[in-house]
Amino acid sequence: MKNIGVSVPKVDTAALATGAPVYVDDYPKLPGTLYVKVLRSPYAHARISAIDTTRAKAVPGVAAVLTYKDAPDIRYSSCGGSYPESSPYDRKILEQTVRYVGDEVALVAAETEKAAERASRLIKVEYELLPAVFEPEESEESGIVIHDESDIFVPAQPAGYAPEKNQISCFKVNVGDVEAELAKAEVVHTAMYETQAQAHAMMETLRSYTYLAPDGRLTVIATTQAPYHLRRQVAYSLGLPIGKVRVIKMRVGGGFGGKKVAVTEPLAGLVTLKTGRPACLILDRQENFSATTTRHAMRMQVTLGADRDGTLKAIRIDNYSNTGAYGEEGPAVTMVAANNILPSYNRANAISYCGRTIYTNIVPGGALRGYGATQGGFALECAISELAAKLGMDSYEFRLKNMARLGDVGGVLHSEIKSCALERCMEMGRRMIGWDSKSRCKVVDQDHVRALGVALTTHRTSIPNADKATVTIRLERDGSYLLLTGAADLGTGSDTVLAQIAAEALDTSAERVCVRSGDTDYGTYDTGAFASSTTYVAGNAILKAAEKLKAMMVQSGAAKLKCSEEEAVFDGTKVFVEKSPEQFVSLEQLGSISEGGAADQLIASATYSSMLAPLTFMSGFAEIELDIRTGKIKLLRFVSVADCGKVINPALARVQAEGGIMMGIGMALFEEVHRSETGRLETDSFMQYKIPCREDVPPDCIQVEFVESEEPSGPYGAKSIGEASVHTVAPAIADAVYQAAGIHLRTLPFTPERVLRALRERKHEN
Amino acid sequence: MYRVNKYERPETVEACAELLRSSPRSMLIAGNMFLRMSNINIPLAIDLSACGLDYVRKEEDGTIRIGAMCSLRELEVNPLLRGYCTGLISQAAGEIIGVQFRNLATAGASVFSKYGFSDVITPLLAVDARINLFEQGEVSLEEFLRQPLRRDLLTEIILPPCEGAGKFISFRNSAGDFSILNVAVSSAGGRVRIAVGARPARAALAYEAMKLADAGARQEEVAAAAAAELSFGTNMRGSAEYRRALCSVLVERTLTAIGEVE
Amino acid sequence: MQFKININGRSTICEAQPEDSLLEVLRRIGIYSVRSGCETGNCGVCTVWLNGTPVLSCSVPVARAEGQCVTTVEGVSEEAAALVEALSEEGADQCGYCAPGLIMAVLAMKRELSMPDEEGIAHYLNGNLCRCSGYRAQMRAIRKFLCAEK
Repeated sequence: MKNIGVSVPKVDTAALATGAPVYVDDYPKLPGTLYVKVLRSPYAHARISAIDTTRAKAVPGVAAVLTYKDAPDIRYSSCGGSYPESSPYDRKILEQTVRYVGDEVALVAAETEKAAERASRLIKVEYELLPAVFEPEESEESGIVIHDESDIFVPAQPAGYAPEKNQISCFKVNVGDVEAELAKAEVVHTAMYETQAQAHAMMETLRSYTYLAPDGRLTVIATTQAPYHLRRQVAYSLGLPIGKVRVIKMRVGGGFGGKKVAVTEPLAGLVTLKTGRPACLILDRQENFSATTTRHAMRMQVTLGADRDGTLKAIRIDNYSNTGAYGEEGPAVTMVAANNILPSYNRANAISYCGRTIYTNIVPGGALRGYGATQGGFALECAISELAAKLGMDSYEFRLKNMARLGDVGGVLHSEIKSCALERCMEMGRRMIGWDSKSRCKVVDQDHVRALGVALTTHRTSIPNADKATVTIRLERDGSYLLLTGAADLGTGSDTVLAQIAAEALDTSAERVCVRSGDTDYGTYDTGAFASSTTYVAGNAILKAAEKLKAMMVQSGAAKLKCSEEEAVFDGTKVFVEKSPEQFVSLEQLGSISEGGAADQLIASATYSSMLAPLTFMSGFAEIELDIRTGKIKLLRFVSVADCGKVINPALARVQAEGGIMMGIGMALFEEVHRSETGRLETDSFMQYKIPCREDVPPDCIQVEFVESEEPSGPYGAKSIGEASVHTVAPAIADAVYQAAGIHLRTLPFTPERVLRALRERKHEN
Repeated sequence: MYRVNKYERPETVEACAELLRSSPRSMLIAGNMFLRMSNINIPLAIDLSACGLDYVRKEEDGTIRIGAMCSLRELEVNPLLRGYCTGLISQAAGEIIGVQFRNLATAGASVFSKYGFSDVITPLLAVDARINLFEQGEVSLEEFLRQPLRRDLLTEIILPPCEGAGKFISFRNSAGDFSILNVAVSSAGGRVRIAVGARPARAALAYEAMKLADAGARQEEVAAAAAAELSFGTNMRGSAEYRRALCSVLVERTLTAIGEVE
Repeated sequence: MQFKININGRSTICEAQPEDSLLEVLRRIGIYSVRSGCETGNCGVCTVWLNGTPVLSCSVPVARAEGQCVTTVEGVSEEAAALVEALSEEGADQCGYCAPGLIMAVLAMKRELSMPDEEGIAHYLNGNLCRCSGYRAQMRAIRKFLCAEK
């Protein structure tokens, strides 16, 4: 294979040094463009009793001030998932009730940003304050109903949908008899684990530019991970037929799930429909933190049972997921927290999970890299380490004894594990970090201790029975190929990877394949870049389309060569008569035939629907130095070994893994979320919310390796890498901290103050 | 972002001061790092970048004068400052965010604003720096920090001659964050000065601890005294209780480090 | 008001309010490599050179650039070519949004420091945030670039 397993340079890098206009805000502004500012609620729960826009409208340059009275009476969901979603259609573009600090109250559109901003400050709003609630457990019992509307529609209503107690879903998994297994288990561990509402913190904030095309259709210039879902949502929220909306995806300045939700597009779209003018809405950094979506904060009670010989018998997880003011991706995230994680220990006799998704009055939860699995993985892996400690077993050995293996089937698994190199991932990571079961911890000096910790994870590749990709490949006149796909490269390099897959299938080189994506008018359908799916789903579609196209090229060549199709062979550069290779038709000639004359154009489309969703496996090993007097955890090394099947592009896969690990490091150590007593998000800037910076870990801290397995259903054996990499970081660090100091950290992030408090409490206990 | 009615960029300090006097709501623009985040109307903005306050010079007696418009990056890399009191001011300045930030943020504004989180004020206090204010004249930094905020123009920071050693230790969770607490100690001629900042209130000297240190007390005792005598507050980055605990650890470590230098 | 600024070697007249940020003025005249990332001076995305020194263009009032030399990545594309190639080979740019700011900081570093070690590079570039790459691929590319240039 000359294109697979090769680090083909990323196709879109060069444009960066030239300042070429590639992002939404670089798109040339049409005459008459309006700039939109959003007035947002200062209250966590309130009803607008009066709103006066007179003074705002009088500001020179203001073209429109829109309030709930001007917005369509349509409830929609900003969740960018495949229809039918389990997310309730519980929001309007503008509504009389506001449900969190940051919720949209009014839109101001003006000739300049400054005029819009000035006018937005002149809108007078009177609010009738309503009681608010911020924690899910309280929310259930509070009697406060956050969504009491009678017109909420849920396309695929999840089990446990009970908005009267703020519950959107209660997802359950039950394999075996957990209560009986726990009763029999010789050792039981139970504890509560808590994760924070991490921010995506992508560098390019959410934004959109909308205008009416000459034919009257609404065009959305978007930074999106899922153009087709976005088109559907925008059309639905504005009451337009889908055919009247076109989405054009620009280069995406970071997404991580945050750009699979439709946040700004319906707002800008409304301005354009109301004024007939182009509208540009760019969220500032504060809005991006406090008025988009976050990772769902979760509280999970994990109970594990095992026998003294270290056999894991039972797993029970009870999860409260805080979905905030709107349902968005809530029910699915709660489901994935189980489905993507529990397969790791599928060998346990009994597994049960109950995940509740609860409305509160905070910033809505959404899709964030890992999609619940990061949270579920944190809780389960921490509990596994703690159980091992209770058994007096090495946390590595305990995992090795109980983890998933090749050929496992049944239990919580969606399908049989047909590729699995987890054991090798563990073994290689163990060697790289220098794991020694007997001395995982060493004292550096009287204030500092070094220690090692481990965790593992699984993550499903794509969503079975939902993810779907269609691609079209056509032979160009010059013998190169054009690949049309709906897949959305959000910087991950998927355009490059898909070109490699197409090149391999067509026996050519990647630079001869031009990838075009992201325009819903001229592309093909794809569910979008989420759920660790693009390489697997779009890649498989490419294989199918390439086979079709090759057959067509052989047919066309054979006709020209006046031989039968059976006698003709395609070798990537020409079609020739097998028995007399001197008789051939070159690709250029085929391209010429494709466009000229009466023959059919050489163009082939194919669709792949994911049915299996194979598991990616990963190990993670942390080496930390704990300052026992300040509580500061210094991460010295993080080693992670991935089985993502066949690695199509090692450089790009490595960056995906490294980037995911750094996001995990941020979640584990730095990214603290603060809210005021009134529910306002206080960590709403890069000054207050700290994503990891370059000096936060040593330059060579993150070390990633791959051990390949061959996934039979994957394109050239590939699975996925995008999300699994985040999961092991926090639990591996927690395991190391236990080794270093005998304390169990169960709340993220592990700030020095939290750690020191735990150290002091332990001292008191002793 | 603020809005300006009139923007002036005078070429002398005197002209800047004159303009500042001329309008009670006029504002000085130094580094523009924090000001730019304020949402206010400024009738008259006085840009200090052209009035020649970007010098660092050493006088014959060893006194160092730092112009108010010197960037934090200049504090970090200037050889005079790197050599001053084992470089504690350079060290403190160099830890702030990133190079492109430090190239803009100024020494004068860091001091004049009296920000509690400042990493610059703490070492300046430890070396007993003085400042020059256009209206008020020369005053010790310690005195200035005690005074209420007045309209004035800080022109320079004056470092007394120092042959001793100094050390700055900041404690932050992320390297790109504000300090949860910072400590600076100078030791010259048998006299020790201990300043603690980001408490989160502005930096202060720990006099009891300094007395103990001068009397030759053990480092742990000195550190404990500093933690006991200073007040600490709670904000997003840490509780008062945690800061107190940190104070004794960091003061002790700073003293140890100084001992190693000496 | 009008401001005369030398932008990438060309004398340019910019129409702006004096307090407008250099960032917004540069974008207004079509220099798209300069982008806003954070509005608080923390991210380094908007880094340009003012008289050869890397600064946050979001925090420079345009009045301060009057008569000065401003350089953006468009003005150093030749010098940046090898770095861009290294970034591309490592896949390090990922979403690319922070790349021009990073490139400007790296080129400034190369002029300022002679062969910094890994810690020295990390320190110089600590103000350039990236959410995609985890920095390692960037560091590999930068190291490759510095070694090749040497």
